[in-house]
Amino acid sequence: MPLRRWWEHAQKIAGASSVRGLGVGAEHWLQVASDVADAGGLLHTLWVNREPAGDAAVYGAYLTELGVLVAELALPAGGESVYYPGLEDIFPAASRLQRAAFDLSGVRSGDPDRRPWLNHDRPYEFVRVDGEGVHEIGVGPVHAGTIEPGHFRFSVVGEKVLRLEEHLGYVHKGLEQRFTQLPILQGHRLASRVSGDSAIAFSWAYCQALEGMSGRALPPRAAWLRAVCLELERLANHLGDLGALGNDAGFAFGLAQFSRLKEDLLRAVSAAFGRRYLFDIVVPGGVAVDVSSQAARALAEVVRTVCAEIIELRGIYDEHEGVRDRFTGAGCLAPELAARLGVLGLAGRASGQARDARVDLPCAPYTELAVAKIVQQGGDVAARVAVRFEEAQESGRLLRRLLAALPEGEHAVTVDAPAADAFGVGLIEGWRGPVLVALQAGPAGSIRRCHPHDPSWQNWPALEYAILGNIVPDFPLINKSFNLSYSGVDL
Amino acid sequence: MLKTLRKIASIGLVSELPPGPDELLRVRRALDDRIAAVLGRALCIRHVDAGSCNGCELEIQSLSNPYYNLEGCNIRFVASPRHADLLLVTGPVVKNMEAALKRVYAAAPDPKLVVALGDCGCTGGILGECPASLGRVSNVIPVDVAVPGCPPSPVRILQGIVTAISPPV
Ligand code: SF4
Repeated sequence: MPLRRWWEHAQKIAGASSVRGLGVGAEHWLQVASDVADAGGLLHTLWVNREPAGDAAVYGAYLTELGVLVAELALPAGGESVYYPGLEDIFPAASRLQRAAFDLSGVRSGDPDRRPWLNHDRPYEFVRVDGEGVHEIGVGPVHAGTIEPGHFRFSVVGEKVLRLEEHLGYVHKGLEQRFTQLPILQGHRLASRVSGDSAIAFSWAYCQALEGMSGRALPPRAAWLRAVCLELERLANHLGDLGALGNDAGFAFGLAQFSRLKEDLLRAVSAAFGRRYLFDIVVPGGVAVDVSSQAARALAEVVRTVCAEIIELRGIYDEHEGVRDRFTGAGCLAPELAARLGVLGLAGRASGQARDARVDLPCAPYTELAVAKIVQQGGDVAARVAVRFEEAQESGRLLRRLLAALPEGEHAVTVDAPAADAFGVGLIEGWRGPVLVALQAGPAGSIRRCHPHDPSWQNWPALEYAILGNIVPDFPLINKSFNLSYSGVDL
Repeated sequence: MLKTLRKIASIGLVSELPPGPDELLRVRRALDDRIAAVLGRALCIRHVDAGSCNGCELEIQSLSNPYYNLEGCNIRFVASPRHADLLLVTGPVVKNMEAALKRVYAAAPDPKLVVALGDCGCTGGILGECPASLGRVSNVIPVDVAVPGCPPSPVRILQGIVTAISPPV
């Protein structure tokens, strides 16, 4: 049956603007997935709920042109003998999600790949590449720079990469379990620490789900201030990456200039919000700090200067032959492959995947902002750099607009804890891509289940393809051009 | 090229040597003196993420921007623990990183210093101790100085490093 029919049968879910849920039987679980795929949608995330009594349910959240469709398949109690049909043949991104869900819940999919993912107590077998002159290079978990830990296994001939296999899960902290120990009105604090560079995206998605469940509308000023924070987060991360990418291409000037601009921005953020990084700013019902009109003007002025300098620096990057040479053609991810892998967010848009939740499924205030969707077809490092340059400008435009016309009124309202078993889904386009939080309330203001999803789940496997045929010394540059989160997927 | 040079010339030096915020100045001078007295060469730091949310890493990276100009303070980040005088450890120590952190600690030559960074490194932070996380860094390796903050600002991180290389009073 076409996707639209499933959608019409589904019930509205609280939270983001267009989310619906649908209970399906085992016979329809795969059918929904393939109908979503046929309609050009993709699997956003998958998780398993296991009740203490042993019965369980698996959820698949799909991003479709109609909105987010959450399919739920109830599973009987029965320990290790209970399986649900794996989605990996339809959506390759499902494989790691299913293996992680098994490690967390003990409920397996039918996926023949049964290697552990988050659980490092069981041995992990890498796929071996055999042949004359092939050797392996193992890197990590502790890397040479100031980055997060993970293991990369390269199979190479000479310098050329034949295969890359990522082994992640090193910073698995038990986030989902920790959520269930927090009061639901405090969970946003943990949400902002799922991946620190996306603090606003995660805490907003969490609060969006929560506010929807409680039936509390966000005051306009709160929504606008959240958007200010989200665009500041995007701009700061793009500045950091543009500098680091220049540096990885041998142009230290770029790092010096962009890191200077990022510091200028962080200091302005600190002047306006009282902190350089925006943890704990998004709270249930609004934002923790209001911004005076004077502070808003000062912040807008810094944003204006920073964006003017970005244009100037872009001219310098574009004209620098060494930089151009390293960026162009490196780490190419063709649009067809990106579509097959379901690559999300910035990396997806650099490979022709024209999705941006701020445009496709906007919440306030994005409904009024007419965000420009930035899309490139090249799929190489140069394309991901170009998307960053243009999105930084677009964020600058949005910020100036938002800051110039902040609505009057409250910056926060009180929110009551939702009733037990209420369910909500938040969806926010973070700087890396769409962040989803699925939240279910427990009794007496507790959290029964919270599943946060970072787009890096989809994009890490894409990096394994993007590096193929490139040389090992280009890996830092290509990796940086994706700049994926470890913490966000290790949970 | 001309544009690059013009940009360099027009921006000039932004590193916060005098004049600059007092707090920063004090820390920088203290750092330079201590490093020269103790080591007679650059202080080599190896960063280890033992389970952070990556927020602390962002502020460590800030230290290398032209304002804080860490290299100008005689401090270098090194790629191997074998070259490190000081380990800068972020995050609670999660179970899957315990072995790696212990190996990094063992690989760093004596005498080594350890600075635990951020609320997570100091106390376990919002995660605390749970089946997947062992909590504060000092639960796993000896810690000389713990720098609170979520994340700590670059100035606080610099202060933590000065404190680590200052003799206890
Ligand atoms: S202290 Fe804060 S910023 Fe640092 S790792 Fe912990 S949660 Fe993240």
